[in-house]
Amino acid sequence: MTFMKLKFGTAVLLGSLLIGACPALAEAVLHRGNSGEPQTLDPSQTSLEIEAFILKDLYEGLTSYDAAGRIVPGAAESWTVSDDGTVYTFKIHDKANWSDGTPVLAEDFVFSMRRVEDPKTAAGYANILYPIKNAEKVNKGELPVDQLGIKAIDAKTLEITLERPTPFFVELLAHQTALPVNKASFEKNGADFIKPGKLVSNGAFELAEHVQNDHLTAVKNPDYWDAANVKLDKVIFYPSEDQAAAVRRFEAGELQLVYNFSADQIERLRASHGDEVRVTAALSTYFYSFDTRIEPFKDVRVRRALSMAIDRDFLSKEIYSGAQLPAYSLIPLGIATYGEPARPDFADWSQLDREDKAIELMKEAGYGEGGKPLNIEIRYNTNPNHERVAIAVADMWKKTFGANVTLLQNDISAHYAYLKEGGKFNAARAGWTADYADAENFLAINLKKNPVFNYGRYDNPEYDALVEKSYNEKDPAARSKIMHEAEAIVLRDQPIAPMMNFGQLWLVSKKVKGWQDNGSNDHLSKYLSVEE
Amino acid sequence: MFQFVLRRLASAVPTLFIVVTISFFLMRFAPGGPFNLERPLPPATMENLMKAYHLDQPLWNQYLQYLKNAVTGDFGPSYIYKDNTIAELIGKGLPYSVQLGTYALLLALIGGVIVGTLAALRQNSFLDFLVMSVATTGVTVPNFVVGPILTLIFALMLSWVPAGGWGDGSLKFLILPVITLALPQLAVFARLTRGSMIEALHADHIRTARAYGLPQRAVVITHAMRGALLPVVSYLAPCAAALLTGSAVVESIFTIPGVGRYFVLGAINRDYTLVMGTVVLVAIFVIVFNLVVDILYGLLDPRVRHD
Repeated sequence: MTFMKLKFGTAVLLGSLLIGACPALAEAVLHRGNSGEPQTLDPSQTSLEIEAFILKDLYEGLTSYDAAGRIVPGAAESWTVSDDGTVYTFKIHDKANWSDGTPVLAEDFVFSMRRVEDPKTAAGYANILYPIKNAEKVNKGELPVDQLGIKAIDAKTLEITLERPTPFFVELLAHQTALPVNKASFEKNGADFIKPGKLVSNGAFELAEHVQNDHLTAVKNPDYWDAANVKLDKVIFYPSEDQAAAVRRFEAGELQLVYNFSADQIERLRASHGDEVRVTAALSTYFYSFDTRIEPFKDVRVRRALSMAIDRDFLSKEIYSGAQLPAYSLIPLGIATYGEPARPDFADWSQLDREDKAIELMKEAGYGEGGKPLNIEIRYNTNPNHERVAIAVADMWKKTFGANVTLLQNDISAHYAYLKEGGKFNAARAGWTADYADAENFLAINLKKNPVFNYGRYDNPEYDALVEKSYNEKDPAARSKIMHEAEAIVLRDQPIAPMMNFGQLWLVSKKVKGWQDNGSNDHLSKYLSVEE
Repeated sequence: MFQFVLRRLASAVPTLFIVVTISFFLMRFAPGGPFNLERPLPPATMENLMKAYHLDQPLWNQYLQYLKNAVTGDFGPSYIYKDNTIAELIGKGLPYSVQLGTYALLLALIGGVIVGTLAALRQNSFLDFLVMSVATTGVTVPNFVVGPILTLIFALMLSWVPAGGWGDGSLKFLILPVITLALPQLAVFARLTRGSMIEALHADHIRTARAYGLPQRAVVITHAMRGALLPVVSYLAPCAAALLTGSAVVESIFTIPGVGRYFVLGAINRDYTLVMGTVVLVAIFVIVFNLVVDILYGLLDPRVRHD
């Protein structure tokens, strides 16, 4: 980039900052802190939440989210489902247009989803669309891409055939991986199609400028079908990865939204900013996984005892200042189709009772004081908070069982590579955040056939059968019941010890209107406005 | 002189080759890979990714391929910032880092030499103690403390400058990051100058100059400064290379879109090509600035003329 261009670009930014501060010029601009630089703007390559915030503003899937994070029609105005639940027919919105003014066609979705499943694309989230017929085989290179169960019936009608009924399929279609790419633009520009000036998108906003690690500007897309209801003229995303710096910019009035900040700031910020500080339970669980392949963690009594001895309230209050909430269930609260999650028996006891019972169980299993020595190594990925949690848990296990606990930390890549590749361990930290708001997404991590996610290699045929059964159950109430039974089994066996639900931390300026906290953490800028 | 430069540039080639080779293999010995994230990828996806980025090939092949491409200026795609090649990332970020680093270097060098000289001239005076305590503080207090404190005072409390961002690159956006970046180096320059200036002022030729009745100004600036600057100049090379290639800390505190962050981000994320790219970049800067310093040395010190 030449300095001329650089200066021009930054002049535009400064200009917009000035305009943002001056009500007379009346351009509505949202300055949105985004806690990191997006690694890609290509829906097939995306993997991060901070990318999803941008992508869902730029593009619109067949389904989308409302301000409360519920699924609503997006580029598809309506759809029908066949009686056996395997064929979905979508009617694409008449007025759905790309930012270059051309209509959004069924063919664009066919092209985009084939591209996601094409092994050459190497899409990180290809498995999100595996419920589509033949998707997994196409993605593994066993079938050609044209065998994917998706076809255009006519210009505006799209038919998707599934492998089997998937009650949460419309949730998946709102995921950032399922966002459409403009076929003509991709064919013309190749890999550069995501660059500013070239990117053609179908969402409420279009890409205007992107200075990496400084800002990304999206302006209102006049060709968007619902443009009349979009109140902002411009959204500027700031990739402030230094959380404290983002908070300072919020306090200086430079940012109106900030996502993620250090939990130890909550008290201070609440005192100065009141309800501009928002903490919402996310669809996300923080847990320790136990290696069920090795002694003594093979023994369900040992796992239960260890889990009971963890004082979740202490972790939540003392380490996270309430930014993470104590959890006993695998599945977090806030999934509409699931309701109240199952709870293990000890969830309702006092911590003292849990400890007494835990000591008893451990004795029965023959470990701890008076029995065989209990040696535990806790593995976690480098992070000051995870370290504090590990130290606290180690202390709880030491005090309760006289266990000899050691800690082992690795950076994030090494930590997860080790677990994924089947490395043996004792207890290991991990977390799971929902890709889509359905309980199945959490249950799947404990399936035997899912060794990548099932770090501790939990193997319970009864559990696997129940989860399998839930896939084929079309009645939502019956399905929810089966999944609750499955969750209860996991909570009884404790192959993982759920400890906390992550809290999403947002700073939302009083000037921002239309904001609604929601567990799925979907906050499309099209619902927001800025008041001066 | 010209031959000397040519010779030095030619010797840079094997140096770069060794740097590239060592870092290529060191990087690969670190456990994990670019696609091992908190969210584990299913085996099929992993396989597709490894294939797409040729990571499924034997390491030796990958190394030869990397060398071959690097010679033609192709440093590969970034595994993490998937929309960009390494050349694009560095090409876009470097102008910001160089601009910021140049200001910081000038501030540190000029400020440090002036302050150090003043301290040397008034050795053991109050001014000397003051300057040296400030300099010691400058070296010991890390910039992740200085930066936020400056922001708190000048951006939040006084609202004189923005709390972050590059903006239009004007003084009000750059002043805090430049000061934060320059401060520790300014302190080093001040200490170096003070020490060597005290020594130079006691040298025989200075006593002679004084005996001739030359004014203090001429003695210090024309005669003592030349010798006193030698250690300063030799520190200039590593300092310039470090400042101009960006600082991960300062760039993230002030949200500056430079290249400093890439080294840290690349290493944490196992973005092999990004790490290699930044290593090569820093190596080139070190080599070039060492050469510049050697030339400067020749100009300052008649004993090391390169002919």
